[in-house]
Amino acid sequence: MLPSFSYARPRTLKDALTRLSASGAHPHAGGTDLLGCLRDGVFDAREVVSLSDLAELRGIARTKDGGLRIGALATLAELARHPDVVSRYPVLAQGAAAAASPQLRNQGTVGGNVCQRPRCWYFRGDFLCARKGGELCYAENGENEYHAIFGGSGCHIVHPSDTAPALVALGATAVVASAKGSRRVPMEKLFVLPAVDIHHETVLAPGELVTEILVPPPPPGARSLYRKVRSRAAWDFALAGVAAVVSVADGKVTNARLVLSGVAPVPWRVPGAERALAGKPLDAASAAVAARAAVEGAAPLAGNGYKVDLVRGVVEEALTVLATPATPA
Amino acid sequence: MRIVLTVNGAVREVDVAPVARLLDVIRETLGLTGTKEGCGEGECGACTVLLDGTPVNSCLVAAAQCAGRSVVTVEGLGSAERLSALQEELVSHGGAQCGICTPGVLVSAAALLSRGGVPTDAEVREALAGNICRCTGYQKIVDGVRAAAVRNAAAARGAS
Ligand SMILES: Cc1cc2nc3c(=O)[nH]c(=O)nc-3n(C[C@H](O)[C@H](O)[C@H](O)COP(=O)(O)OP(=O)(O)OC[C@H]3O[C@@H](n4cnc5c(N)ncnc54)[C@H](O)[C@@H]3O)c2cc1C
Ligand code: SF4
Ligand code: FES
Ligand code: FES
Repeated sequence: MLPSFSYARPRTLKDALTRLSASGAHPHAGGTDLLGCLRDGVFDAREVVSLSDLAELRGIARTKDGGLRIGALATLAELARHPDVVSRYPVLAQGAAAAASPQLRNQGTVGGNVCQRPRCWYFRGDFLCARKGGELCYAENGENEYHAIFGGSGCHIVHPSDTAPALVALGATAVVASAKGSRRVPMEKLFVLPAVDIHHETVLAPGELVTEILVPPPPPGARSLYRKVRSRAAWDFALAGVAAVVSVADGKVTNARLVLSGVAPVPWRVPGAERALAGKPLDAASAAVAARAAVEGAAPLAGNGYKVDLVRGVVEEALTVLATPATPA
Repeated sequence: MRIVLTVNGAVREVDVAPVARLLDVIRETLGLTGTKEGCGEGECGACTVLLDGTPVNSCLVAAAQCAGRSVVTVEGLGSAERLSALQEELVSHGGAQCGICTPGVLVSAAALLSRGGVPTDAEVREALAGNICRCTGYQKIVDGVRAAAVRNAAAARGAS
């Protein structure tokens, strides 16, 4: 059983947004993260607003401009096997397939995946840490082997999502709605570092809902993939990973976007590594240079220095795989 | 709130608290105790049931979200008197020891087998990646699932 709250299952998006504008209201998509948070008392809810009757939030379809519209309620399993995603956006299909377990991918949605709360064990446990409104980051001088090596300040969570890095790498945009109207937020701007807001992982205001995610058409000559290192063969969150989208024309890299997972409080773009590839042939040599650039500025804590090597290795491996022509675009 | 859902083929009307999980309704309200609670956190898969035909962790599904939907628990796969091929093969290959993981393993494997054909070892392991077993080391489970697939495929050929 869960702590007590009221439960609403609105029929229309308008009704849902009105309910979500009340304080203490939380949207319920698949619930695979929300139910755990409520059960463990990570936060309280006055009302839980089910999104499950909102048909307009479902579906994955090609847009007129040749891009993709992904409803916030599309499940990770749908994303992982959708033919258009698999063939045109491998990085996203692979990110979705790499998340959690088969059961959780059947139930968990992409909207919930990008809005899920961090997995820091102090945050999930009985610690009133800085992110929860307390004074201290317990991880800073505590058990921090799964924490951030980039972007930490006052809080060192890693963003847990495997789809968000792919969406950032693809230049996707979130459509965000509230009772007051709607706006578009580039996925790269959706996430927020603790130095800016230590209590939230996204820029969403209370009452705002991600309704859909728009992905532009893949750039010509683009190859992409997602690689993730975890500590077990079966399901687990990323220790480190990379979403890579690299365009090649006439044997030279024309555009590269590399976004790390599992190592920073937000999906972590590495512009130095992207620049290292620009104008070069995509091969073992440029992969090695980019991999070294990817870890520049890393600031590991006492327990997670190993992640620096993991990042270097996973970036080099991903780029080497992309460099072999057999890789489907 | 009252919800109507189908459980193992029968239409059931149940009163659920907003806070109830599907797992609570299955075990407590409906008394179907084949489905187990291991971790309660989505990690072990002991609570796996089919929701509209796909495996989910019932410990992380809100009961209130199941109105109008179809649930199949391990009891819906076969009875103690009439075991399914999958249940028989899992037992005869030694794929069930302490039994905690078994109901969830059976449900995930049944979803895999419903797609037809004989899955490879790797496909079975992928389908069961969310079902943790502390006893068998998995190979006996994989062998049992594949043996059941072979039997099902033979039966399907015989029937056609
Ligand atoms: C054991 C376990 C292992 C996991 N492993 C991984 C993993 O390896 N990789 C990974 O990426 N994830 C992993 N997850 C997380 C899981 O994938 C995500 O929880 C899932 O995608 C969340 O989707 P959901 O629909 O269930 O979200 P919910 O639980 O419904 O929602 C999550 C949060 O987002 C909010 N929310 C939901 N939808 C929206 C929306 N449209 N707009 C705004 N806010 C919204 C909710 O209020 C809630 O706070 C794991 C979870 C568990 C329990
Ligand atoms: S890393 Fe962030 S969430 Fe974890 S203890 Fe520190 S402040 Fe809290
Ligand atoms: S009890 Fe549900 S996954 Fe462990
Ligand atoms: S048989 Fe004991 S956990 Fe699998």
